Amino acid sequence: MIGSSLSSGVVVLVSAVFLASAVEMVEALTIVFAVGHTRGWRSAFEGVAVALVVLTALVAAFGPALVHIPLSWLRLIVGGVLLVFGLQWLRKAVLRASGLKAKHDEDAIYQETVAELQGLDGTANRDKIAFTMAFKGVFLEGLEVVITVLTLGTSAHRLSLAAVTAAIAVVLVAITGVIVSKQLSTVPENLMKTTVGILLISYGTFWVGEGMGIKWPGNDGFLAALVGIYSLGTWLMVQGTTSAAKTVAA
Amino acid sequence: MNNRPSLPIRLLKGFAMFWWDFLVGDTPELFVATVVIIAITSALGKLWHANAVATVLLPVLVLGSLLITVRRSLPKKK
Repeated sequence: MIGSSLSSGVVVLVSAVFLASAVEMVEALTIVFAVGHTRGWRSAFEGVAVALVVLTALVAAFGPALVHIPLSWLRLIVGGVLLVFGLQWLRKAVLRASGLKAKHDEDAIYQETVAELQGLDGTANRDKIAFTMAFKGVFLEGLEVVITVLTLGTSAHRLSLAAVTAAIAVVLVAITGVIVSKQLSTVPENLMKTTVGILLISYGTFWVGEGMGIKWPGNDGFLAALVGIYSLGTWLMVQGTTSAAKTVAA
Repeated sequence: MNNRPSLPIRLLKGFAMFWWDFLVGDTPELFVATVVIIAITSALGKLWHANAVATVLLPVLVLGSLLITVRRSLPKKK
């Protein structure tokens, strides 16, 4: 059976890469839509295309190099990076869920980007400002996707699976964005970010442990246990933070 | 006179800035916490070969770090 042949490690890997890539793609798409609607689509698309070429070149340059790092060191470093990255995501997600940080950032980002662009000069055929904004948006968000794919993929020895998963997520979000033809502010972004944060710190904990020589109970199966522990911890933290925020406000 | 740094310097600076923002950014406590978590767990594992201790300690320290950074973001009582 397909279900029984899938280890929990693969499920966590695919879920983490897919959701992280989708969230980053939503953010990139928001900026591209704001640029396209305000300054015109030609320069926006050129910025996107150049960013994708540069990202591809980075993957081609650094991807194979990672394979030569000793596995225990790679897992320790990658685990550390994933822990920091995941904790940052989860912190914001907990604060949003508790009402201490605004949800649906996409609307605000879209409005801010449009306001910023409308205040600038330059309506030439090849619009440098539109190009730069679209390039930076796609490159910076894309770089986070690349780091997620390279770190999770190489540590788990499943780089191809991670890359294909990320590509599917990026294409699906792009198609959805084009169909609805607006920024994807209706996506339940905070739930996705919370899930990604939990998956990243679960993988981060797992790889840090492996890098230090810890033998986890149940091997890969312990990843599922970590996801459960962190989900419960996050839920408790949201409840506690929500009531603490209400107490302070009262 | 053109005081603008050369392209390799600018690229290097941009690369360093990206990683600084990516790993430290506006939550330096999370970067420090991760380094401390790795150091503590590694030291305990080496001192006592304590696989079981590390197995429990790692998730506890990670959740503890998250709790501290979230509590730091709570609005202060007036």
